[in-house]
Amino acid sequence: MARIIAGATSSHVPAIGAAIDNNRTHEPYWQRVFSGFDKSKEWFAKTKPDVVIGVYNDHASAFSVEIVPTFALGCAAEFPPADEGWGPRKVPVVKGYPDLAAHIAQSVILDEFDLTICNKMEVDHGLTVPMNLMMGTSNGGWPCPVIPLAVNVVLYPPPTAHRCFMLGRAIRKAVDSYPQDLRVVIFGTGGMSHQISGPRAGLINSKFDKSFLDNLARDPKKLTKIKHVDLMREAGLEGIELVMWLVMRGALDDKVNEVYRFYTVPASNTAVGHIILENKPKSAGGKSSKSKASKKKAKGKKKK
Amino acid sequence: MTRTEKEYDDIPGSFVFDQERSRRGYGINMFCMSLMKDENRKAFKANEAEYLKKFPLTPEQTQAILKRDYNRMLELGGNIYFTAKLGATDGHSFQHLAAVMTGSTQEDYAKMMLAGGRSVEGNRSKSGKHDPKSKAKARKR
Repeated sequence: MARIIAGATSSHVPAIGAAIDNNRTHEPYWQRVFSGFDKSKEWFAKTKPDVVIGVYNDHASAFSVEIVPTFALGCAAEFPPADEGWGPRKVPVVKGYPDLAAHIAQSVILDEFDLTICNKMEVDHGLTVPMNLMMGTSNGGWPCPVIPLAVNVVLYPPPTAHRCFMLGRAIRKAVDSYPQDLRVVIFGTGGMSHQISGPRAGLINSKFDKSFLDNLARDPKKLTKIKHVDLMREAGLEGIELVMWLVMRGALDDKVNEVYRFYTVPASNTAVGHIILENKPKSAGGKSSKSKASKKKAKGKKKK
Repeated sequence: MTRTEKEYDDIPGSFVFDQERSRRGYGINMFCMSLMKDENRKAFKANEAEYLKKFPLTPEQTQAILKRDYNRMLELGGNIYFTAKLGATDGHSFQHLAAVMTGSTQEDYAKMMLAGGRSVEGNRSKSGKHDPKSKAKARKR
């Protein structure tokens, strides 16, 4: 049976993609950001998931103002990088996993989440930047297939934090019922605090972000109660992207091991936050990706 | 075209892109979307006013685009992810647009970001009812 072994979240700042594409990652400004993901790349290479579900938002690339789906699942065999106004990013085409995507679509829709199905879709930095950060620059192709799940966070209102969390739950159920043995990792992307529009642009709220990270690891249900207006006020208008992190969290166990966390300000206009959470290995046999380090860390935390 | 007051209108310096704005700014955003194609970018740069005639824009929307008044574009229904394409067409970095929208120079804006960004303190609400002090007061009552 397939199962979700871990989740990771990361900001998806376009300037991070530009720094990679223009070979500027070694500059001190960017080193501060990229060095925070060295461990994540190691973790990903060691974990070797069979497939990733990438929860992200499109930034007026695949979807303009003509059609705005709240949740859109990429069911195609591949997803080319979109031209975002300066030519498509020179990253490999994202390979999908149509069979699992179709299974998720069916399961989740019958579970009353009315997804939009995309059989043709281009993907922008919202998806490919976190892939770079977790998987590396991957010139020869990405290490595993990725099923994109685009969430509308551009046109207000996005789905609520609670709805996102519950969709994660439904995705978990779908993956659990897929007959093939697959180890699945789910990414939540976007955030953390940032506002890039209007006279309040530049807003950063580290205190809010840190508490969000704490709650994401230990008390995610608390986050499902956040109202959009409060999220926009505290984390910036575009910080509302953080609802997507809750799709990831909903797909994990209630209690998880925090493997790694990173936070820095700024990357361009945005606070960069990142966390890796693992489901605890199932006690009864089965392949598991238990890491001693993560177990120890979780134990230490419980004692506080 | 009068806008019904929303709870989030109390957030200062912010234009929440809701359906009311989206409907109003459809022409702005579709114009910006067209700039994803190189041939359109060239046609626009060759004759901006002429190119804009292809889109359903009000005179004030056209003026805001021609003048690169980014805040006004947002107010009139533009969305930042769309208007950023206009900035890119002009060859500007995003921080240039941010500086324009915040009435700052790009250098000062970049400095502010490096120093940790704009604080949320004093920037939560126009009415002041969401700053922590008044919240504490409200609780006491």
